[in-house]
Amino acid sequence: MSWRMRIVNSLDRVGLEVLTPLVNLAAGDKPIQQLRALGSNFGLPALAILLVLGAWSALAASVDTSIGKVPGPREVWLEAVNLFEDHRAEREKEAAFYARMETLKQKWESQGREWKERKYSGKPTYFDQIATSLKTVFAGFLLASLLAVPIGILCGASGQVYAALNPLIQVLKPVSPLAWLPIVMILVSALYTTKDPMFEKSFISSAVTVALCSLWPTLVNTALGVSSVDRDHINVARVLKLSWISRVTKIILPSSLPLIFAGLRLSLGVGWMVLIAAEMLAQNPGLGKFVWDMFQNGSSQTLSQIMVAVVTIGLIGFALDRFMVVMQRMVSFEAQEA
Amino acid sequence: MAYFELRGVSKGYGRDDRRTEVLKDIQLEIERGEFLAIVGFSGTGKTTLLSLMAGLLAPDSGEILLDGVPVTEPGPDRGVVFQNYSLLPWLSVFGNIELAVKHVFPGISREERAERVRRYIELVNLTPATHKRPAQLSGGMRQRVSVARGLAMEPKVLLLDEPLGALDALTRGTLQSEIERIWSVDRKTVVMITNDVDEAILLADRIIPLRPGEVATLGPSFAVPLRRPRDRAALNHDPSFKKIRNEISQYLISVSAQRTQASSVEPTLPNLVPKDFLPASRSEAAFGGME
Amino acid sequence: MSDVVPTPAERLYLEIFHLDKVYPTPTGPLAVVEGFNLRIRKGEFIALIGHSGCGKSTVLSIVAGLNEATRGDLVLDGHPIAGPGPDRGVVFQAPCLLPWLTAYENVMLGVDQVFPHATPDERRQVVEYYLSVVGLADAMHKRPAELSGGMRQRVGIARAFALSPKMLLLDEPFGMLDSLTRMELQDVLLRLWGRDQKTALMVTHDVDEALFLADRVVMMTNGPHARVGDILEVPFERPRERAAMLEHPDYYAAREHLIDFLARHDRSARPAA
Repeated sequence: MSWRMRIVNSLDRVGLEVLTPLVNLAAGDKPIQQLRALGSNFGLPALAILLVLGAWSALAASVDTSIGKVPGPREVWLEAVNLFEDHRAEREKEAAFYARMETLKQKWESQGREWKERKYSGKPTYFDQIATSLKTVFAGFLLASLLAVPIGILCGASGQVYAALNPLIQVLKPVSPLAWLPIVMILVSALYTTKDPMFEKSFISSAVTVALCSLWPTLVNTALGVSSVDRDHINVARVLKLSWISRVTKIILPSSLPLIFAGLRLSLGVGWMVLIAAEMLAQNPGLGKFVWDMFQNGSSQTLSQIMVAVVTIGLIGFALDRFMVVMQRMVSFEAQEA
Repeated sequence: MAYFELRGVSKGYGRDDRRTEVLKDIQLEIERGEFLAIVGFSGTGKTTLLSLMAGLLAPDSGEILLDGVPVTEPGPDRGVVFQNYSLLPWLSVFGNIELAVKHVFPGISREERAERVRRYIELVNLTPATHKRPAQLSGGMRQRVSVARGLAMEPKVLLLDEPLGALDALTRGTLQSEIERIWSVDRKTVVMITNDVDEAILLADRIIPLRPGEVATLGPSFAVPLRRPRDRAALNHDPSFKKIRNEISQYLISVSAQRTQASSVEPTLPNLVPKDFLPASRSEAAFGGME
Repeated sequence: MSDVVPTPAERLYLEIFHLDKVYPTPTGPLAVVEGFNLRIRKGEFIALIGHSGCGKSTVLSIVAGLNEATRGDLVLDGHPIAGPGPDRGVVFQAPCLLPWLTAYENVMLGVDQVFPHATPDERRQVVEYYLSVVGLADAMHKRPAELSGGMRQRVGIARAFALSPKMLLLDEPFGMLDSLTRMELQDVLLRLWGRDQKTALMVTHDVDEALFLADRVVMMTNGPHARVGDILEVPFERPRERAAMLEHPDYYAAREHLIDFLARHDRSARPAA
C-alpha cells in the first residue's frame, strides 16, 4: 500500500474524508479536480460562515439591551482572547503561589516548625470550567453506559424482560433533566454524606442527572441490536453448540456493536446538552455555571462571554460526536467492510 | 442495418490505478422483433451492459444506435424492467402504470389513458388486482406489473434485467410462460439478461453468453430455432432442445474450466477425532447394545 | 423404538420414521409434512427435490435439530436426534458467515468447538486444509464482505466439512448463485465429498444439480401433508464428470422423470398462493 492510500484510509477511519483531496493534491493527482473538491469541502462552508458572521456584525450593532449593545464577532473574539489571558494569568499566579509556599516551607522546616500543606484557592478560570464540564459529562456517560448496555442486552435477549421494562422505559425516557435534577440533588444530599468526599456533591448530582437522561438511546439501541441478531447467526451458534458465554461474546455482542455504538453516540450528544442545564441549576463548576454566573453578573461583558461559551459548547459537542464516530468505526465490522 | 446496434462499446469504472475495465469492444446487432437473451454471471458486467443500452450510463468508447439514432440518455423508446420491480409503493397497480403512460403520452385524454393502462393490466392477467398496492402483491405479481409498465410505454425495445431473478423456481416457470405469451402478442424487440440457461432457451430466438474474465466480452451466439409457442414439458423431449442445451452447457463448462485454477499445493490434514456431543448416559441407555 | 432393527445387508445411517410437522394456523392445525419416511445408507448422497413450500427444508431443519418434529422418530447412527449439534454439518442457503470474522475465523469457530483437545497447530491445519481444498487458499483472511457470493458459500462448505460431521445437511446451498458459479461449486462439493463419502442430505429444486450430485433423488409431494412421492436411483457411475453426464444415454430420461414428477405436482393442485 502506498503512503497515500495509507493516509487516505486513516482519514476515512477518523471521519475526516474531507481532507482526502489535500492528500491527493500533495501526490499531484489531477490538481484541478482536487482543488474543486477542496473548494466544495472547505470553500462552501467557509463562505457560509463568513455570511453568518457578516450578518451578525451588521445586525448586532443595531440592537440595544439593558446591559449595552449586542456584541459583534469582533467583540466576542476579543473576549475569548481575554478569557485565555485570564487563564494564563491565573496559572502564573498559582505557580507563583506554590513557589512562595515552597520557599516558606523550607524556611519553616529549617526553623524546626511543623509545615502544613496549603492549597491554592484562586477562582476557576474558563478553561478549568471546561475541564470540569468534560469530566462531569464523561462520568455521567460512563455511568449511563454501564447501566444501559447490560440492561439493553437483557431486554434484547429476553422477550419477558423487554415486556416488563418497556413501559417503564417509555415513561422515563421523555422526562426533562430539569425535572430529574431536584430529586437527584435531594437524594445525593441525603445519601452521599461522607466526611471527606472524593467528589463534590454538585458534581455527583450533575453526573447522575446526565446519566439518567442519556442512558435511554443506548438502552433502546442495545436492545434493538441484540434482538435483531440475524436468525441465521443464532442457528450457527446452535449447530456448533456454543456455550452461553461464547454465544454472547462471539455472536450477540459483535453483531449488535454497530447499533450499541450508534446509541452511545446519541447518548453522549444528549448528555452534553443536559449537562449545561444541570450545571446551571446544580451550581456545579462548569460551563453551565459559567453561563449562569455571567448572566447574574449583568456586566458589559456578559453577552460576549456567554457567546464565547455558546461557541465553545458547540465546538466541544462537535468534537465529542467525532470522537464517538471514530470509536464506532474502530469497533464495528460494518466500517471495516467498506 | 440492424434495428438495435452496439458498435465497439467499452466501459470501465474508477480512476487511474484503481480503474477496472468492465466491458470491452462489445459488438452486437439485434434485428427488429428479435428476442435476444444474454446469459451473464456474477462479475461479468451484465448490469453495466444493460445500463448502457438503457442510456443510464454512457459508454467510454463506441456507440449505441436504436433505429439509426444514437442512444445518449434514458428514454421511453427503451422500456426497462428491473429485477427489483422498482414500483412506487404508495401507488396502486393502476397508478404505477398510469404514471409511466402519462409521462410518455402526455397528449392523450384521460379516458384513453385509463383504457391503455387497463389493456396492459389485462395483458399480464392482473385485472383483479388493479387497485392493489405493491405491498399487497406477491413477488411474481409485482414483476408482472413491472412488465406491464414497461410495455405500456410502447417502447421500441424492451430491456429485461434478470426480471425473474428474485423469484422462486415455480413462480419463475409460470412467469416465463407468461412472458413468452405476452411477447408473442406484439413481438417487441426484447433484450433479456438472465443467468439461467433454460430460461434463455425457453424464451429467446438467440442466446449470447457473456464471457467472464478480466474484461467481459461476448461469447459465440447460439441460435434457438425451436417452434413457438414453446411448452416447457414438451421441450424436454425435443431432440433439438437437447442439442442446444448440450452445446451451451459444454461451452459454459469449458469457460468454467478456464476460470478455475486448481490449487497446486495441498496442505496436510491432521487426523483428529471430533468431540462427541451426545449426552453419553442417555444414548447408552437407549442404544446400549448397538455399537 | 424397539422395532429399530438395521438390516445387516445395508448399513442404515439416518432413519426417519413417520415424521409429521404440524403448525398451528388460525383455521386449525396444518400438517405441512405428514408421514415422511426415509432411510439413508452410510455414505449415500441423497437429494430431496420438490416445489417451493413443499416442506423439504422443514424436513432438513428437523434433521439438523433446528426445528422440532411434531411426531415421528429420527435416528442418526443409532442415536435419536435431539436438538442441533456439530455432528451434522449444515450448509445453509445463505452462507451465514459472521461478518465480523474472516473466512479463517469463521471456520475456526466451529473447529475450536469440535476439536477442543487438539493442539492450536493441528486446528490451524484443519482450517487451512479445508479452505485450500475449496479454493480459498489466497482469501483465507478476508472478511465475508470482501468475498463474492460464490466464495462465501465456499467458506460455508469448508466450515461444514471441517467439523468432521457424521452427516452433511445442505439446504439449497447454491440457490442464490448464478448457474456458472453454481456449476463450479457443485464440482467443489463433489470433489470434497468424494474424499470421505460423508452421508449427505441436500435440498434443492434444481433437477440437474440433483442428478449430478446424488445417488438417489427423493421427490416430495406438495404440501400440506407432503411426503415422499417417488425415489429415483441415479444411474451415473462415480466419479462423475459433468460433460460425460450430459452425454449419458440415460441422462434425459432421468431428467424427464424428475421434471414430469414436478409437473404433475404443480401448484395448480393447490389453492392459489
